[in-house]
Amino acid sequence: MQRIAIIDYGMGNVRSVQKAIEFVSPDDEVLLTHDRTYIENSDRVVFPGQGAIGGCMKVLNELDLTESIKQAANEKPLLGICLGLQMLFDWSEENGGTDGLSIFEGTVNHFQSNSLKVPHMGWNTVRQTKEHQLWEGINDNARFYSVHSYYANPSADVEVGSTNYGIDFCSAAARGNIFAVQFHPEKSQRDGLKLLENFVNWQVN
Amino acid sequence: MGLAKRIIPCLDVHDGRVVKGVQFVDIRDAGDPVEIAKKYDEAGADEITFLDITASHEGRDTTIHMVEAIADQVFIPLTVGGGIRSAKDVRAMLNAGADKVAVNSASIHNPGLINELCEEFGSQCIVIAIDAKQVSQDPPKWEIFTHGGRNPTGIDAVEWAVKMTEGENGAGEVLLTSMDQDGVKKGFDLGLTKAVSEAVKVPVIASGGVGNLKHLSDGVLKGGADAVLAASIFHFGEYTIAEAKKVMQDDGIEMRI
Repeated sequence: MQRIAIIDYGMGNVRSVQKAIEFVSPDDEVLLTHDRTYIENSDRVVFPGQGAIGGCMKVLNELDLTESIKQAANEKPLLGICLGLQMLFDWSEENGGTDGLSIFEGTVNHFQSNSLKVPHMGWNTVRQTKEHQLWEGINDNARFYSVHSYYANPSADVEVGSTNYGIDFCSAAARGNIFAVQFHPEKSQRDGLKLLENFVNWQVN
Repeated sequence: MGLAKRIIPCLDVHDGRVVKGVQFVDIRDAGDPVEIAKKYDEAGADEITFLDITASHEGRDTTIHMVEAIADQVFIPLTVGGGIRSAKDVRAMLNAGADKVAVNSASIHNPGLINELCEEFGSQCIVIAIDAKQVSQDPPKWEIFTHGGRNPTGIDAVEWAVKMTEGENGAGEVLLTSMDQDGVKKGFDLGLTKAVSEAVKVPVIASGGVGNLKHLSDGVLKGGADAVLAASIFHFGEYTIAEAKKVMQDDGIEMRI
């Protein structure tokens, strides 16, 4: 049995992340938590996030969780979801400019379009721009569910998935033991559940 | 390939059962919400909307348990609406497993509510639900009605949609129901759908009036909707989600197949 910590800092619907991981991995302990000791002693960490990035970073700092996330990013499988991807970068232009965790190099920017609806909401295709163990059993250009108004713009070579919405943007980023997605695997039916199953079974080399 | 248009089956739930009425009266039983939601998830629905049409105080706990049961087994987005009045109500639904919460009449009595909720929970999970009736043909005008279409508000539906979605703390989506068309199976009110879709910057879900699958395509191609919502054509087995997607795709609409 593994211990999987889903970082719960009161932002958005993290219950659905827990339910989806329990569904693909019924024998593991899957806990919503902001307990640093539990997170630091867990086998895998999921870092979700919804809402506005300024509020998320503020709560993470108040709960003193940024070091726990950085520690996980250094030593165990870490899955970022939605704002949990965006917060891994250096800086976001949301909320008048918000510093992120600087685990990945790059910025987060707002969709600029006169013709497209923002937020980018619904099922879009994800092109697997690099091979990765977490893509196993998932077709290239499979559709995942997203809802977001900002997108990551990496300056280092971390992109493993790309989606087009007016522009091509980085919808999945990975390095070493870190994998992060802009979309919601917990809401993306079969392919999303497969990605979560791959994460739970991921043996980082 | 890009963003797909969505098909959203809607569960109107009354006293723990999925029901469907014609213009909000003459209600017909369609079954257990949890079973129905599961069936639509497996059939390829892109999202599910759950509208609690009892929305009484006593019914609230039943609804929460039902949302929990659906969220345990359904891994596509779930929107819950009906009787949502406060941040506390929204929090309860999100904790039960809803992904988005639709706010209808309460936004009219308390116009600052949407901004407050978006600030607290994020625009991505707040949907402004609008029930409108056409009140003038030339120029075309639609007005918001509450209480199942009985109470006029004097509010212009298009202006209201813009007001509720603009700015950093505007709602992230519009659920637009034509009360003239609801349950009568003659298709969406395309004039209303188009007017709202063109006026707002967020996605619009067209609702009310679907009787056949061409109506779904019309909602997107003629109404400019980003998603189409239907209830009875799916509940009573007239059409499957797969058939609906096929027709829409054949009409040139990008779908998740």
